[in-house]
This record gives sequence, C-alpha cells and structure tokens, in this order.
Amino acid sequence: MPDRMLEEPWTLSPSVALRPEPFGALAYHFGNRKLTFLKRPELVEVVRLLEQHPRLGSALDAAGIPPEQHDAYAAALRALAETDMIRPRHEEAA
Amino acid sequence: MTLAPERPTTPTGRPAGGSLVEQFEFGLDAPICLTWELTYACNLECAHCLSSSGRRDPRELSTEQCKAVIDELQRMQIFYVNIGGGEPTIRPDFWELVEYAVDHQVGVKFSTNGFRITPERAAFLASTDYVDVQISLDGATAEVNDRVRGAGSYDTALKALRNLRDAGFSDAKISVVCTRENIGQLDDFKAIADEYGATLRLTRLRPSGRGADVWDELHPLPEQQRELYDWLMAHGEDVLTGDSFFHLAAYGESLPGLNLCGAGRVVCLIDPIGDVYACPFAIHDQFLAGNLLGEGGFREVWQSSPLFTELRSPQTGGACTKCQHFDACRGGCMAAKFFTGLPLDGPDPECVQGYGETALAGDRSVPTASQDHSRSQASRNAPVLLNLGATRRRPVSACNEDPLAGGDLS
Repeated sequence: MPDRMLEEPWTLSPSVALRPEPFGALAYHFGNRKLTFLKRPELVEVVRLLEQHPRLGSALDAAGIPPEQHDAYAAALRALAETDMIRPRHEEAA
Repeated sequence: MTLAPERPTTPTGRPAGGSLVEQFEFGLDAPICLTWELTYACNLECAHCLSSSGRRDPRELSTEQCKAVIDELQRMQIFYVNIGGGEPTIRPDFWELVEYAVDHQVGVKFSTNGFRITPERAAFLASTDYVDVQISLDGATAEVNDRVRGAGSYDTALKALRNLRDAGFSDAKISVVCTRENIGQLDDFKAIADEYGATLRLTRLRPSGRGADVWDELHPLPEQQRELYDWLMAHGEDVLTGDSFFHLAAYGESLPGLNLCGAGRVVCLIDPIGDVYACPFAIHDQFLAGNLLGEGGFREVWQSSPLFTELRSPQTGGACTKCQHFDACRGGCMAAKFFTGLPLDGPDPECVQGYGETALAGDRSVPTASQDHSRSQASRNAPVLLNLGATRRRPVSACNEDPLAGGDLS
C-alpha cells in the first residue's frame, strides 16, 4: 500500500533556510538549531517544490522522481518532519 | 613548501553520492562551523590558551568592519557563528554585535569565562532566541580549575551559571578542556551541568598557543584517554564534543558526530584582525589562508585560497594511510601534530594505537609560535601553571635551522 503521506499537503518549515552545496543542500532550522544535510539534489528539489503542490506525490512527480521511489522518498521526508524541517500544510478554509 | 600530507597532483573530482564525510573532505561552499575570535584581549591568562590571548591587538576589526563581516556571513548563509576570544565580552561593542548578528540571521554562540554575565545580562540573554552561551570551566573544583585558569575563575564561572539559571536561561553550555587533572572529574562536571540546567561540552586539549607550553604536563595519559572514550560512549549525544575526539575512534566504534578533520573543509577561524585560519587550533602562519579585509572578502578566502584548496584534496600517502584504523581516525588532528613537531601525514601525538608516543620520542622540531598576545608579565591572579611553568620557549630566530630550535625535548 502506498504511503499515506504521499496524499497529504506538506511544506518547508518557515523557520528553515536551505543553503545549496555541491552534494545537495544544508538545511538549518533557526528555531531548534538543527542542521540537516540533504544529500541528494533530487531531495532538495522535492523539498523546494512541496508548498506549490496539493499533495506530496505531485511534488515528487514534478521533481521527476519515478513512482517506484515514492515510498522511499516519503520515508526520508518523514525523517525530516521529525525535526520540523518540513511540516504538514494546513490549507486555510476558503 | 608542501604543507599538507601527500595528495594527488591533479585535484580529483568530488564523488557523486557517497558518505557525508567523503563529501566534506572536498569542502563546502561555506563553512558549517565558523569560529570568530573577536579580540585577543582577556582578563584571564589561562595556562593553555589556544590563542595565546591577553593583550588587545591594535589592528582589531572596528565595529563597522565587524558588521560588514556579519553582512557577508548572512549572504553566504552561514547560519551561526561561534564567537570567542580572548574574552569577547571585553569589547565595548560586544552586545551590539551580537544583536546585529541575530538581526541578520546569523545565530551566535559565544564562549566566555563568565565575568560579564551579570544578572542583567543574563536576563537579556534569556529574552533572546538564537543566542547561546558557553561558559568555560576546566575543573569541577576550584582547585583543579584555578590551577590552569587562574585564581577566582571557578567562582566567576559558577556565578555566571547561577545568574543564567536564575534568569530563566535554559541550556547554557559548560565547556571543558579535558586534561590529565580533570578527566577523573567527568561525573562531577555532569552533575554541575545538571544542577544548572546546562549541557556539558568536552573538548580536546590542543598543544596550540600557550597550550604548547603545558601540553606535556596536561594532556591525558593513555589510560585516561580510554576512560574518556568509555565515558563519552556511555553518555552519547547528551554530551557535546565539537567532534574534537575523533582520534579516539581508533579504539573501535566512532563517537557521535563528524569523524574527520574539518580544517579548511567545513571549519575555519576568523581572528580579531580578520585573518582567516584553517581551524581555531591552528593560529599559525602555516595555516593562514588570507585576510577578509582583502578585495574578495571572506568568501574569496574560503572558496579560493590556495591553502584551503590544498586541504580539500584527499590524503593519499604517509604512514597513517597504511594503518588499518585510518578509516576510523583519519590520522587525527592536524594542529596537534603540527604543534608537537610531528609530520602531518603521520600519527596524531595522542594516537590511541600508541604510534604517537613512538613518533614523539623520535626526531622532531617543535615550531615556534608565529604570534603571541600574552601579557608580558603575569598578573597576581595568574594560574599556577603559568607562574611555575617556566617552560615558555625562548624566542628563536626565524633563520635558525637547528632541528631542535625552540624545542623542549627534555
């Protein structure tokens, strides 16, 4: 069964800045002062695209991640969510 | 002159993928861990001061120059900086610079001996995010601490910790340089940290600055290194180390954190006059990459200086690369080797496999300090070790070719 997270809207945490690096990016959270290394340029692209997409799955599609890798990316993103690097996006009621 | 260990003549390309350590060896676009010593002035004269601090350097960066540096750090997305000295709070503009940095998305952790952490300052610090305070303490008792840091310095540090706690500042850091005299006090340090709601940070004694004069007396004995390693393994990530004990990784399991020498790759030091060195423990002309007042600023020094470029190519030769533990300890600390006069591609002087002791017993030439901001005369409260030390090396002329020049091989 596909990861449920793929259906949810996510966003980069507003306290996080991304610094491009040759291997990917460095993510710094100004609130909890956690430093995380995003080791793949593809993952950096996904994280950047999150907020423009209604669901994580479509952000992965837009970043060119093949469907068979979606679950693996969801697992990596869940780890990022644990330190509030990314967080669920709650759509404001229209 | 070749400074670094043998490296390939043509720069090898950065591997795609691979471990973070492999990536870090090739350097980053900006440092992860930047130390900025704001002044060489200090009210103390610790026997092991790695920057030989005491007197202010007349060329010290002005307030405006410091702010320009902060602006550049912001542009380079250097998210936090470790400020030290000397005693940084001595600068009249210290608090102004801290506020300026925080307002420009550069978080600050500053190291202090605590003498300016009054209840009022503690209240201010408790009210700000993004400012972290690190109090230096090198003994869990006044007796052990004051012997290296000077009379009264233990009480000053604990008073600062008390003021911070009473003001509601949470999670101050207590920074301990591990020595032969305090390794037996690790549990006591932890108890002090717990009492003040602080986090303990243990770092390695380096033979840098005045540390070179007392290193023989103070560096942990081999069995104490093992004791330290076991203690760190037992306490895991609850205790910070600044990744400074990676030479202990050759005991077996790696300690948490980065296990590599980050000098010029992910780490560097900006000194009070804007000189940029490969690491905080390497304040010496041989590790000077440039000055940020030059045209290209700090970015140019970090990204393009010949020294840092050289440090970012992988080591391919030397005795250590043939050792089965090389992947664990990566040959240890460059500064520790340099300041004990050991070859940079050989073992760390405190190599846990014992190769360091052999190397120390052989021919070596301890380098002369290339600068010294120590006070010319020790003060009344000077540490015992400084008063009794009498091991301060006599200046040696730069052209003295004697391999024992300045060395103390007794």
